[in-house]
Amino acid sequence: MLNISGLNEGIVLDHIPAGKSMDIYNYLGLGKLDCQVAIIKNCRSNKMGRKDIIKIEGSIDLIDLDVLGFVDPGITVNIIREGNICDKKKLMLPKKLTNVVKCKNPRCITTIEQELPQVFFLADKEKKVYRCLYCEERYSSRRKK
Amino acid sequence: MRHIISPLDFSVEELDELMNLANDIEKNPDKYANVCNRKKLATLFYEPSTRTRLSLETAMLNLGGQVIGFASSNASSAAKGESVADTIRMISCYADIAAIRHPKEGAALVAAMNSSIPVINAGDGGHQHPTQTLTDLLTIRSLKGRLENLTVGLCGDLKFGRTVHSLINALVRYPGIRFVLVSPTELRIPSYIRENVLDANHVEYEEVEILEDAMPKLDILYMTRVQRERFFSEDEYLRLKDIYVLDALKMELAKEDMLVMHPLPRVNEISVEVDKDPRAGYFKQVQYGVYIRMALIMKLLEVEAC
Repeated sequence: MLNISGLNEGIVLDHIPAGKSMDIYNYLGLGKLDCQVAIIKNCRSNKMGRKDIIKIEGSIDLIDLDVLGFVDPGITVNIIREGNICDKKKLMLPKKLTNVVKCKNPRCITTIEQELPQVFFLADKEKKVYRCLYCEERYSSRRKK
Repeated sequence: MRHIISPLDFSVEELDELMNLANDIEKNPDKYANVCNRKKLATLFYEPSTRTRLSLETAMLNLGGQVIGFASSNASSAAKGESVADTIRMISCYADIAAIRHPKEGAALVAAMNSSIPVINAGDGGHQHPTQTLTDLLTIRSLKGRLENLTVGLCGDLKFGRTVHSLINALVRYPGIRFVLVSPTELRIPSYIRENVLDANHVEYEEVEILEDAMPKLDILYMTRVQRERFFSEDEYLRLKDIYVLDALKMELAKEDMLVMHPLPRVNEISVEVDKDPRAGYFKQVQYGVYIRMALIMKLLEVEAC
């Protein structure tokens, strides 16, 4: 059993599906922060079986909730003050995402004009489908092998 | 200020107005001969397209306007590495309206986002080609008298054919449209068109492989070319390129008033003997292409006949 001390002031991202914490770490750019960040993988969870948790020491302003909503709107965001949970933020799928993910369509204008912002819009809320603003290609998180 | 990037940028009512204007232009061309006096159209063609460029330029000249532009990226600042955004900002100072064709998808939207003049998407890669779709709609409405209650056969390359996808998207907005999709298995309509457009709009359709089976049912037969550039393997292309050839014998199976359409250029998917058949509408389609582009230029420039 691993013990990670509690936070006095900061954010706890809970109920992250097991194995997804490093993706979130990268999406949120947590590597660039000066504050303490703890990634806890494969915790036991009654609700999920196994889950990941990220603890960040610092203000909620440090993280982009839209990005988090895009990665997984089921993640719980707890705001900690003086060692207690003082607020929970509800995540939603953002209507628009700018410079978070890149269009993988080789025929898209963004492939030759790299200064263009990478913009995706929510095309289907039910199916969580995002499409590139320019070429309308569906975003796929699958990596090519 | 408005642009046209996708055929769906205009509502059905707006399209009706546009087509009414195009039909009036057809009947009374003189009335519109000077409505765009002193106005300039810039045609920014980053890839060659004789038909679309000449059609747009003819449309502007017929309205009394003038034309500037380039016909390939080699002849433009793109060869020096200028971005679409910078080019359109510059063109906005020269012209009153711009038409852009670009091999990359989304280029016309980038132009529109940075333009202070109306932008017409004259084709952005395999993505959208709205003036072709407007041409098809006007041809159907003018020659069949309606856009509702039609059985439309789409034949050939339904997988890669941008024209076909756009036309399906545009036609499902009208009631009583049925499709017969004629293609080999390898070139079937993509699943996202089946699910997101046809099924989502509860449109009746069937998929067949033999053109003769579909012929008697059709009010319109829209033929397409199997495009060599879409295939990775030459053998695959050679195997499929002549799979459908519309000839006089097949035309005997069709209704007496069936309309044959084709976005052109054709290779050999419509035999030249069909050209004499009164049901061949593909060259009339070219003429309607000029009328609808005239109407579109007027609408975007907000000019009216006196």
